[in-house]
Amino acid sequence: MDFGFTEEQNKFRQEVRNFLEEEIKKGYWEPACDSWIQGFDPEFTKRVAQKGWIGLTWPKEYGGQGLSYIDRLILTEEMLRYGAPAACHWFADRQIGGSIATYGTEEQKREVLPKIIRGEAYIGLGMSETEAGCDLASLQTRAIEDGDNYIINGQKTWTSGGSFVNWFYLLARTDPEAPKHRGISEFIIPADLPGIKRIPMIDITGTEAWNDVFFDEVRVSKKCLIGEKNRGFLQALQQLDYERSGMERLMGNYPLFEAIIQFTKDNKLFQQSVIRNKLAQLRIEFEVGRLLIYRVALVMDDGRAPNREAAMSKAYSTAFEQSLAKAAMEVLGPYGQLVGDSKLAPIRGLAVHSYLASKGYSLQAGTSEILKNILATRGLGLPSS
Amino acid sequence: MKLTLTEEQEMLKKAARDFLADKCPKTFVKEMEESETGHSRELWQEMVELGWTGLAFPEKYGGGDMNFLDLAVLLEEMGRACLPGPLFSTVVLGGLPILDVGSEEQKQEYLPKLISGEKIFTLALTEPGYQNYDASSVTVEATPDDGNYIINGIKLFVPDAHIADYLLCVARGKPENGITIFLADTKNPRINCTVLKTIAGDKLCEVVFDRMPVPKANVLGQLNQEWGAVQKIIERAALGKCCEIVGNIQRVLEMTVDYAKERKQFDRPIGSFQIIQHYCADMATDVDGARFSTYQAAWMLSEGLPCTKEVAIAKAWTSQASQRIVALAHQIHGAIGVTIEHDLHFYTRRAKAAELAFGDADFYREIVAKEMGL
Repeated sequence: MDFGFTEEQNKFRQEVRNFLEEEIKKGYWEPACDSWIQGFDPEFTKRVAQKGWIGLTWPKEYGGQGLSYIDRLILTEEMLRYGAPAACHWFADRQIGGSIATYGTEEQKREVLPKIIRGEAYIGLGMSETEAGCDLASLQTRAIEDGDNYIINGQKTWTSGGSFVNWFYLLARTDPEAPKHRGISEFIIPADLPGIKRIPMIDITGTEAWNDVFFDEVRVSKKCLIGEKNRGFLQALQQLDYERSGMERLMGNYPLFEAIIQFTKDNKLFQQSVIRNKLAQLRIEFEVGRLLIYRVALVMDDGRAPNREAAMSKAYSTAFEQSLAKAAMEVLGPYGQLVGDSKLAPIRGLAVHSYLASKGYSLQAGTSEILKNILATRGLGLPSS
Repeated sequence: MKLTLTEEQEMLKKAARDFLADKCPKTFVKEMEESETGHSRELWQEMVELGWTGLAFPEKYGGGDMNFLDLAVLLEEMGRACLPGPLFSTVVLGGLPILDVGSEEQKQEYLPKLISGEKIFTLALTEPGYQNYDASSVTVEATPDDGNYIINGIKLFVPDAHIADYLLCVARGKPENGITIFLADTKNPRINCTVLKTIAGDKLCEVVFDRMPVPKANVLGQLNQEWGAVQKIIERAALGKCCEIVGNIQRVLEMTVDYAKERKQFDRPIGSFQIIQHYCADMATDVDGARFSTYQAAWMLSEGLPCTKEVAIAKAWTSQASQRIVALAHQIHGAIGVTIEHDLHFYTRRAKAAELAFGDADFYREIVAKEMGL
């Protein structure tokens, strides 16, 4: 066992920190909660791209760095620590690029991967539908073959940052007659095709978080199909493992964690044993979650999709973030209810934001219930009936 | 970063598991709980021959030259098997502290006897009315007297004192008031030892020092200046308990999942019900959290890195996680789990004892708070 990092990795971490601190110093952005998913800043993404930090784990022949998932985790951990606005490239970097690298055609790899790596392709996820949430395989959006094209009709929902993306990853039914898991295919399509309409959805914090995306007779080239026709659901399952794998599930609200600790110090609240206990318990839970997530990266570095391990770390970590928000609100007392731009709002309203936003953490990318099912059945071998 | 064991550690783990499965069945554990000594000389000798007492000590004293991380693997297997007896006391509470603070002469004198299994050691630290593992809780006095020290007072919850040959007694030196560690020979008639009856059936003792003289040569380390060394002993002992807990709860998880697969109600295995599945998933998460936080601290200790915070995180987490795990295990096992016909009770009782030993979650949360600068 070795819980340490190589000298190179320590250097890399420091380089990322220096870069982010410099960015903050220059006033490019302010550390914020949820900025991995809501901080859309193409200029930031391009500066990250210039450092070569998008597609870190992808093969060198497609412009990636061929580095390990531990290396990527070091990078993303620091991005989250500083609350950097990385949403433009986060999804593509985390899961879609990898999926294309695994299942995509040579042409897709040559076209899409370099665009992601250059910080130019911002990809939205078209998975969930109004009637296909946890039961994703029941999705109804259709892609019907028509010569060299597919014609897409249907509606996707909960597409994070849908207004800001220029590509969609799409799961659609290509064989309505087949059993529901075996008639679905994956596509990567430009977001500006005729017939695509996006309608923003406002979340409980008042932020535009998602889009409904409507597809009305949208004609896409067959070249947009990823991997094998009708095997999209199986391909996507692996992608979901990667979607759940990361530190964003634990550290999406890290700026709040730091701010509430500083707040108790500044206001001498830390002498109260109730508050000491709460914060120390959070630190303990945080450190345990961090280890669970580093384990996930090691599984990926072994060349295996982190199925039960990511299910565990994601369910655990989102519960931590909810505990963090709850504890922060309790520490702030009545001031906790003041939103960011209110007179007297403490710690920039981070606590109230996280308190509300965190309700969704245990739902997105697999509810905690689905994740525990996965852990119990595929991880522990408990029978499903 | 790497979270797997080395080939050598895997071999040690397997050898320990196989040996204990054979030599330490629950019938034996039960027998030891009920026996006066709680200890089998034959088993002790076999473990000595396997090199377990010496594993973590330098070769020059007859040890195996391995490190704490290797010892952690063994401690985990001991926890898994509910191994009774004084191995933990002798190695973790006796030998390693001697290695820390003893003079070369003392090490030459005592460590070979410890490693060969000839002598049993333990630590006499806590006292009646003690609040926590802090220096102010040490009130047993050591007064200089004609080249000797006279130790007077009561130590409590001393593991295996009734069979130990030597106690490392932590005492307050008079008149300076500093903390000194003495090596007390239990053959002295001015030591009186009473075995207490405990939840885990292990042997914790009340030890009364009735003006017992200890020669100057038996001072371990510096006079009146060893609270720092005692803290290190407590830290390592707490981590050792974490290792035992990891073995304990890993086994509890396995037993529980097996039971949930086999036990049928409403014509289906109860493990097919989502509520049971989620309980098991929560248990598995708690086990892995305990495992990684414990081994992280063990790795740091082995590497000689400062690990006060990591030990605190590990002990706070495993203490609480083990209680959650045991509670769910009982819920899933149903009524059979609360009988002595089922093995679960061995683990339940030991998890509670280990939670209390060398600082509980409250104690270590406070250390984490301090490490956070609160």
